[in-house]
Amino acid sequence: MNTKLSRRRFIVGTAVAGGGLALGIRLPFGASAEAKTAGDAGVEVHAWVVVKPDDTCVIRIARSEMGQGTRTGLAQLVAEELECDWKKVATESITPGENLARKRVWGEMSTGGSRGIRTSQDYVRRGGAAARMMLLQAAADEWKVPVAEVGVANGVITHAASGRRTTYGKVAAAAAKLTPPDPKSITLKDPKDWKIAGKPMKRLDTADKLNGSKVYALDVRLPGMLNAAVKACPVFGGKLVSYDESKIAGRPGVRGVVKVNDSTVAVVADTWWRAKSALEALPIVWDEGAGASQSSATIAKHLEEGLGASEAYAFRNEGDAVGAITGAAKKIEAVYSTPFLAHATMEPMNCTVKLSADRAECWVATQNSEASLAALSEQSGVPLEKCEVYRHDLGGGFGRRGGNQDYVRQAVNIAQHFPGVPIKMIWSREEDMGHDFYRPISQCKLAAGLDDKGNLVGLHVRISGQSINAFVNPAMVANGKDDRQLQGYTARPGDAQLGYTVPNLLIEYAMRNTHVPVGPWRGVNTNQNAVYMECFIEEAARAAGADSLEFRRALMGKHPKHLAVLNAAADKGHWGTPLPAGVHRGIAHFMGYGSYSAAVAEVSVSGEGKVRVHRMVLALDCGHAVNPDQIAAQVEGSVVYGLTAAFYGECKVENGRMTELNFDRYQMLRLAEMPKVETVIVPTYDFWGGVGEPTISVVTPAVLNAIFAATGKPVRSLPLKNLKLV
Amino acid sequence: MAKLNINGKIRDVQVEPDTPLLWAIREQVGLTGTKYGCGVAQCGACSVHINGELVRSCVLPVGGVKPTDKVVTIEGLSSTSSHPVQKAWSALDVPQCGYCQSGQIMAAAALLRKKPKPTDQDIDDAMSNVCRCGTYQRVRAAVHMAAGRKQA
Ligand code: FES
Ligand code: FES
Repeated sequence: MNTKLSRRRFIVGTAVAGGGLALGIRLPFGASAEAKTAGDAGVEVHAWVVVKPDDTCVIRIARSEMGQGTRTGLAQLVAEELECDWKKVATESITPGENLARKRVWGEMSTGGSRGIRTSQDYVRRGGAAARMMLLQAAADEWKVPVAEVGVANGVITHAASGRRTTYGKVAAAAAKLTPPDPKSITLKDPKDWKIAGKPMKRLDTADKLNGSKVYALDVRLPGMLNAAVKACPVFGGKLVSYDESKIAGRPGVRGVVKVNDSTVAVVADTWWRAKSALEALPIVWDEGAGASQSSATIAKHLEEGLGASEAYAFRNEGDAVGAITGAAKKIEAVYSTPFLAHATMEPMNCTVKLSADRAECWVATQNSEASLAALSEQSGVPLEKCEVYRHDLGGGFGRRGGNQDYVRQAVNIAQHFPGVPIKMIWSREEDMGHDFYRPISQCKLAAGLDDKGNLVGLHVRISGQSINAFVNPAMVANGKDDRQLQGYTARPGDAQLGYTVPNLLIEYAMRNTHVPVGPWRGVNTNQNAVYMECFIEEAARAAGADSLEFRRALMGKHPKHLAVLNAAADKGHWGTPLPAGVHRGIAHFMGYGSYSAAVAEVSVSGEGKVRVHRMVLALDCGHAVNPDQIAAQVEGSVVYGLTAAFYGECKVENGRMTELNFDRYQMLRLAEMPKVETVIVPTYDFWGGVGEPTISVVTPAVLNAIFAATGKPVRSLPLKNLKLV
Repeated sequence: MAKLNINGKIRDVQVEPDTPLLWAIREQVGLTGTKYGCGVAQCGACSVHINGELVRSCVLPVGGVKPTDKVVTIEGLSSTSSHPVQKAWSALDVPQCGYCQSGQIMAAAALLRKKPKPTDQDIDDAMSNVCRCGTYQRVRAAVHMAAGRKQA
């Protein structure tokens, strides 16, 4: 992972291991929009389950909810083992302070890499099962019968022999006094017997999104609160030299101007609008630094050099790819490129911090609330056990709100000037898009050799581009060895395996970093790598005169799971059947986050070169499907996120800074351009894969391959808005 | 100081007249269901109704709103989340993160007032709000459902 992250983890870990300095401190639960239930009205039967007298089961949630449906999915898994009444399920988000105080009884809270469900499913199900066993034991004890004679359905406990019945609410207090069973001794249900998990349950968190009552971090209002607007040097790596406070003196509501850090200034006012207006009027002198000489053109040159450089990290080197291609009957070659991209979560970055004499509190939308807690403590100097993070559901995350808690650090620095006063810092949209951790830029040169029968005998892939790990922790990727940038190309099964067997294969990476900060962006490197691989395989298939699907199938004999998903997409996408005039199909598949994805796109290209995506079929094997309707929602969303990037996504660099700072230039796909999306879920129930990210990788290559089919020309650079297709 | 009629209540707000209505609603009136997404009339997160018309409140100065103008925010659309659009949104689980949904719902409600049975083309034209989570497929289906129509 990254140092910043692991350093924070280390702190959290030390505090826990260091003799329980945090033990026994009861921290309040966060200001969440969920049911406030843990107190007087309920009893904690188990860390994951609180039962109220009215039989409501409150399921504790450790992971962050950013729209992906993890809260509902995790609740389904717990409820399944708990055997409670789904209609009486509520949820409650635990805070990182609570987790720390209780020796991380709820485990990992970080939510990224499509891990929210797959890496917690085992222990949350065991938590639900343990609570059930304790509740049944309590009933058996009360009735003085063996627990084996006691049954339960929908939270109603019965003893058949005597006809007695009771409910979870009635025995919860007694159950809470029992010792929980050893989790290892628990046998979990076979997914075939699931009644709540695996079903398309409605989300548990929709109601307050419909009437404006949901409180996002951006909506936090606290007594005496002031608001801050911030501006960082527009050039990455630049510094703040000075600002002329006198020019905004006397503006209404302004309470101060604060140097936030080396490169950032803030105006604090009674309202955010006044703070922002004053900040815009504030004369600021920057030292733009060396980065100011950089532009998209200089960066492209830097990457191009990497494509031909003699030194590169050989990630996979099987057989003799270069020799096989040189000696092949037919050779093809291509260079692809993909740009920097901003996350542009709908809710801009923001954070509210209150620092008191011996307490630091923070209200924030975060994918990693323990990293937020650690940042709050580090930056404020207040010990961890006197810090608390009240996490709010995110108005979008997509990787932006993970380990790098830059907004927490900024808000702490501002709040330090206003002891005891809550400071709500909000980034303008321009600040948000101008200071992201962007999806890294890269180029890729590919060469392939075909024998006289059109078989692929050699493949050489050279990626040149920026490394996320190098930005986060250069020491971790010494000598340019960064496997993460080759996501989706691994030989090893399980996570992000390449689905093809090629007799002679060389995959290389030339690390070429820039001054632009980079980070994970929904799907991370599977996006770019799927475009490179799947569009070039399409070029190879066409050079071989083969059908796109058959050419791929021939390379996938050793990868039955990849193949099954590709076949599922092809079937549902009616591959090979006639289409209306002018409509063409493209196909692609890829693996990431432990899941297998494939897509078929139906696309037309008008005489003026306008692309219309009519229909997309996406197939996904994520192992276990906890909530098919929410999986479909994630797939639909991934199509929008992917198509937005394919059509419009590009953050250009000029004079060292980003030029796309709002939705006028950084265009978004709108409803009118939305294709009909059909989701085919083909779970094999022998592994647990992710859902939020995997399918995004196949969206763009499927569409680009359909454009290739329509125009006869491959598309090798993005976004489409820059290209003349006909 | 301005007088605004918001959700049927007259509110006095202490702001400079060039303050966008969005921020007066959020910061002075204290109704935070109306969201800030872009501030430049691009995303629709700040959508409200003024005298029944859909308005992007981030670019409308308070000085341009008369005390007689009836401003309705998401909080005022219905007292019990029972507007047909809200019911359809709930039935189809439209929201993901939900951040854009106040604006989507206000846009849909305005559309249905003008065109009770909108076609797909009408929906394409009217529903231009950005949803970064990508809920458009369900937005379309829910508008049809709210109109009492099953989507083809
Ligand atoms: S905030 Fe008003 S349109 Fe985006
Ligand atoms: S639901 Fe998240 S932006 Fe629309």
